[in-house]
Amino acid sequence: MLYREAGQFKTTYVADSAIFPLREDRIGLAIIILGAYALAFLGNSFLLQAVMIPFLVFSLAAIGLNILTGYTGLLSLGTGAFMGVGAYACYKLMTAFPGVNVIVWIFVSGFFSAAIGALFGLPSLRIKGFYLAVATLAAQFFLQWCFIRIPWLVNYNVSGALDAPLRTLFGIPIIGPNATPQTRYLVVLTIVIVLTWIASNLVHGRIGRMWIAIRDMDLAAELMGIRPLQTKLLAFAVSSYYCGVAGALLVFLWYGGAEYDVFNINQSFFILFMVIIGGLGSLIGSFFGAALIFILPIVLGIVLPAMFEPFGISVAADVIEHLRFMIVGALIIFFLIVEPHGLARLWQIGKQKLLVWPFPY
Amino acid sequence: MMDMLFKVFIEPFLFMVEAPDLLIQTLWEGLVSGVLYALIALGFVLIFKASGVFNFAQGIMVVFAALILVGLYEKGVPAFLALILAALAMLVLAMVVERVVLRPLVNQPDIILFMATFGLTYFLIGFGELIFGGSPREMITEQLFLPQGTTEIDAFGGSIRFQHLDIAAAIIASIMIGLLAVFFSKTRIGRALRAVADSHKAALSVGISLNQIWVIVWFAAGIVALVAGIMWGARSGVSFSLQIIALKALPVLILGGFTSIPGAIIGGLIIGIGEKIGEFYWGPLVGGGVETWLAYVIALLFLLYRPQGLFGEKIIERI
Repeated sequence: MLYREAGQFKTTYVADSAIFPLREDRIGLAIIILGAYALAFLGNSFLLQAVMIPFLVFSLAAIGLNILTGYTGLLSLGTGAFMGVGAYACYKLMTAFPGVNVIVWIFVSGFFSAAIGALFGLPSLRIKGFYLAVATLAAQFFLQWCFIRIPWLVNYNVSGALDAPLRTLFGIPIIGPNATPQTRYLVVLTIVIVLTWIASNLVHGRIGRMWIAIRDMDLAAELMGIRPLQTKLLAFAVSSYYCGVAGALLVFLWYGGAEYDVFNINQSFFILFMVIIGGLGSLIGSFFGAALIFILPIVLGIVLPAMFEPFGISVAADVIEHLRFMIVGALIIFFLIVEPHGLARLWQIGKQKLLVWPFPY
Repeated sequence: MMDMLFKVFIEPFLFMVEAPDLLIQTLWEGLVSGVLYALIALGFVLIFKASGVFNFAQGIMVVFAALILVGLYEKGVPAFLALILAALAMLVLAMVVERVVLRPLVNQPDIILFMATFGLTYFLIGFGELIFGGSPREMITEQLFLPQGTTEIDAFGGSIRFQHLDIAAAIIASIMIGLLAVFFSKTRIGRALRAVADSHKAALSVGISLNQIWVIVWFAAGIVALVAGIMWGARSGVSFSLQIIALKALPVLILGGFTSIPGAIIGGLIIGIGEKIGEFYWGPLVGGGVETWLAYVIALLFLLYRPQGLFGEKIIERI
C-alpha cells in the first residue's frame, strides 16, 4: 500500500544504480534521520546517555569490522585494540594541540588507528581464515600491553586512565564533565551519519566491489587484476579508521574517561557478534546487530526482575549478566544456523513482503 | 644507541652464562608451561582433525570441566566419583554440541563453524558462571593424589627448584599425548577420524557415521580439557581467567600446524620456553609483562615465513 515500485521510472544509469532507488526508501531514511535528531530534544538524558550514544558508537565500530569481516572476508579479533588506538591518539592530539577543534582530532585520530591496522594487516596477504584471526589476536594483546606500559600515552597521568578535558564546539561544551548528554548525542549522531554515508559510498563503488571479489575468491580476484595486498590493506586501514573513531567517541563522548581495560578482548568479541548477528556484509545490519547486542542486556535487566518479582524471586544483577552471555551465545549459533545473513536479511525479506503486499508474490 | 644494543643483544646472554642455575630454572618453567600449552592445543587439534572445526570453545571447556569437578567435590561428592561425573558431563556436552551445533551446520564454510564456536564459548561462560559463580576456586590436588612440595637441587653454584606438581603435570601430559598419538594412528576409530578429517563425503560413503565420530572426538577433546583443567587449576586456581591462558594454545597451533599432534607438542614447547626466556631476560627492558603477547608475536612472525605451520600440510589452492 505504502510501498510501491510501480510508476518510478529510471532514465539514467546514475538513477538506476542509486543506493536507494525507491522514493519510499529515501523518504523513510529522511524520516529516520529527522527522528534521530528530534530525539535529542524529545528524549530524556537517560535514554540519550545510556542507550542512544553507546548504540551509535557500537554501530560505528560494527560498520568498521563489517568492512573487514563482512565485505572483505578477513576475520579480525583485534577490534577492541584498534578502537583503543583511536582513543589514545585522540587523547594525545587534543592535549598536545588544545587550540585545534576537537572534532578535527576525532577524525584525525582514526588515521593513526588506520596506520596501525594496516601494519597488523600485512600478514593477511600470506595467511587467511583462522590463521589470520590468531594474527589479529597478536594485535589485540600487544596493543593492550602498550596501553598499560607506555605512560606517555596518558601524559604520565598517575591513575593511568584517560580523562576527558573540557572541549567546546561553537562555544558549547561537547567533551568533558560540563557537556550535556544532548550535545554529545548530537555530535555522535552527526559523526556517525557522515561516516556511514562515506562507508555506504565506499562499499557500493569500485573499492567495495574489489573487497567483495577478494572475499568471494581471492585467487580469482587476483587473476581478474585486483591486487590482493593493496585491497586487503585498504580494507584493514578503512576498517581500523572506523574502529578508531568509534573508540575515540566511546571514551570521550560516552564514558567521559576510561582505562585500558575498556579495549580488552571481550570488546572485540562483542563487536564481532554485532556483525554476525546483524548480518555479514551489510551496513544496516551493523546497526541492527549493535542494537540487539547492546540493548538486550538493558531490556533483560528490566524484563527479568519484572517477570520473577511477583513470585518472590529476586533476580540479581550478576545473574542477568550471565544470562546475557548465554543468550548472546545461543543467538550467535541460532543465526549462523537459521539465517547466516543475520538481521539484515530478515529486514530485506520484510521489505520484499511489503512491496508485494497484500499478494503473496 | 650502542648501550641499547648491548642491553638487547649481549647482556642477557652474558647473564645466562653467569648464572646457569637461573637459566635452567627458567627453561624448566618454560618446559612445564609448554607441555601444558601443548595439552590444551591437543584438544584443538583433535577436533580440527576430525571435523575441520577450529574449536574456539576448547579454552572454556577446560574451565568448565575443572569447575564441574571442583563444584561437585564441594557439594560432598567423593573426589574420584566427581572425576567420573565430570567426564560424563563432557560426554553429555559432546552429544549436545553435535546435535545442536554441528549437525545443522554440516557442509558450511569453515569460518562459519569457527564463529559458531564463539557462540558456544559465550554460552558456556554464561552457563558456567550461572551455576558455579564467578569466584575463583582451589583445585583439589591432594584428593586426586597429585604430589605436592618441591625438590631443590644444588647445582651450578645455585639451587634449582622443581615443584613436584610440575613434574607430575609434565609426566601426565606426556602420557596423554602418547596415548592420543597411538589412538590416532593404530585404532580403528582413529583411522575413521582421519578419514572424516580428509573428506566428510568420502567418509560417509564408506560407511563411517559422521555423527558418531563427532561425538567421540568432542568427548576426547573434553577429556583432554578435563586433564588440562586439573593441571592448570592446580597451578593457578580454577577461574574463568584460565580461558585467556587457553587462548595461548592458538599460537602454539599456528607454530605446529593445525593437523599435527607432534606439531602441537613442539609448538607448545617453543612457545612455553620462548615466553619464559623472553619474560625473564628481555622483559625488564620494556617494563615486563611481555608474556601476554610474546607468544602471539612469535607466531605472527613465524606465519610470514611458513603459513601452514611447522608440520602442517602444504596448502594447495585451486579455483
